[in-house]
Amino acid sequence: MNVSQTTFHDALLDANKSIPGGLVDAQANAAGRRFSVYRNNVAVSLTEAMHQAFPVIAKLLGSQNMDGLAGIFLRQHPPTSPLMMFYGDEFPAFLEGMEQLSHLGYLPDVARLELALRRAYHAADCQPIDPEALSVPPEDLMRAKLTLAPAATALRSEWPVHAIWLFNTEDGAPKPEAGAQDVLITRPEYDPAPQLLPQGGAAWIARVQNGQNIGEAFEATMAETPEFDLGTTLALLLQGGAITSVTIERLDT
Amino acid sequence: MLDNALRSNRLPAAPGVGYKPQHFSQILEHAKPVEWLEIHAENYMGDGGRPLAQLRHLSEQFPISVHGVGLSIGGETPLDPDHLARLKHLVGWLNPASFSEHLAWSTHDSHFLNDLLPLPYTDATLTRVCDHIDQVQGVVGRQMLLENPSSYLAFEESTWSEPDFLREITRRTGCGLLLDVNNVFVSATNLDFSPQGYIDAYPLDKVGEIHLGGHDEDEDDHGHPLLIDSHGREVVDPVWALLDYVLDKSGPKPVLIEWDTDVPDWPILRAEAERAKSALDKIPA
Repeated sequence: MNVSQTTFHDALLDANKSIPGGLVDAQANAAGRRFSVYRNNVAVSLTEAMHQAFPVIAKLLGSQNMDGLAGIFLRQHPPTSPLMMFYGDEFPAFLEGMEQLSHLGYLPDVARLELALRRAYHAADCQPIDPEALSVPPEDLMRAKLTLAPAATALRSEWPVHAIWLFNTEDGAPKPEAGAQDVLITRPEYDPAPQLLPQGGAAWIARVQNGQNIGEAFEATMAETPEFDLGTTLALLLQGGAITSVTIERLDT
Repeated sequence: MLDNALRSNRLPAAPGVGYKPQHFSQILEHAKPVEWLEIHAENYMGDGGRPLAQLRHLSEQFPISVHGVGLSIGGETPLDPDHLARLKHLVGWLNPASFSEHLAWSTHDSHFLNDLLPLPYTDATLTRVCDHIDQVQGVVGRQMLLENPSSYLAFEESTWSEPDFLREITRRTGCGLLLDVNNVFVSATNLDFSPQGYIDAYPLDKVGEIHLGGHDEDEDDHGHPLLIDSHGREVVDPVWALLDYVLDKSGPKPVLIEWDTDVPDWPILRAEAERAKSALDKIPA
């Protein structure tokens, strides 16, 4: 009996499916437990990949719960690429859909933060600008357009996602308090670091990344979030080496 | 069939180890007797950051072997062109001393299963694997080495022995072979054949690299030993003895220690490399 890879694949991911016939030991007995080695390899290696990818989620849930959740996730969303470093893109949405976890509403955004950290770790290298490049008259600064580093990402969460991340990764970090947070991820050299942004910071960065100049993005952000602090946001970007070019359009005279 | 000019395996006939980032500093300080390093290609397919920076640094001091684990050469579906392009890019950038992949499949229906899955040794598989190897060697522009798998079961439909199957692949494609001696021992134990008999039938003249690794011990439903290729511990004595048997027949070869799970501290991995060096040193001239 021939065993197609479709049959093999389906039985690997679903332990309720019978083991394909045509797979045997040296005495021509049905493979039985021998097939389970492959089932186990797939499940264990992908579960391990999920633990590595989402250490804070694993800590928040507990290791055993993470194993169980990863077991469901990996069957619904097997990797679609051999680049395991990027496995788990669908995990935040998967967490959102888990009714049993609805009392932990912050989990999806924590997972988004962990995904962003991993992407930043593998992002392309770049040369940050000399901070002096932004020491220009205010009217020039407001006309400046910025290019951000590939590793730079900003997130907005209705949850204190930065505080939750910090509390679970650093000894002595303060207990998270309720409230929305904007987070900036940069990679100054090789180690990505999340920084707390002023309120409105993520929206402003998204506008700059979409090509608005500093002033346009500032006005639009202030209209939504009057307490937005541009100076602090720019300082965090500079400290994180996250600005790679500045273009100041000349005014027509 | 591969052009002779592309046969460029330049690994030294000396011990190497599978590179783990936690050993970076110690390798730079105290590598001996390790003379070369192997990386899993897929771990270096990001755009930048520490992995590529470390690799660039190491490649200035050590010959590097690029070992793919995700190409799915035995897959029934076409090779992933994006993945082939990434491999071409990595090999082009690094110009490694060797490039290898597995006689296995891992991708089906766009799902990557993160394991090396087994193939029936039939004429149909042979044709498909050879077509894929021709394609890989054409795109990457290099000879590749093909590694024998660890087997936990057999396919009723198989009509070829594994050594004959591998020999025929090398004849048709011009690829070389990566002989995993632990895999031979694991498969021989699991499927009741003689590991020495396997080596006697195996085309040792095509071997560009040897792998050694640790395995776990289990049992099947009938109480038969079932060894599992885990790369998580020391190489066992019977596998070292099988290495001696191979080297006695093949002469010196590059010998790699693989340790991928529960990765030990550098001195323990180095000690395994020392043992490989002893095996190489005692080959009669």
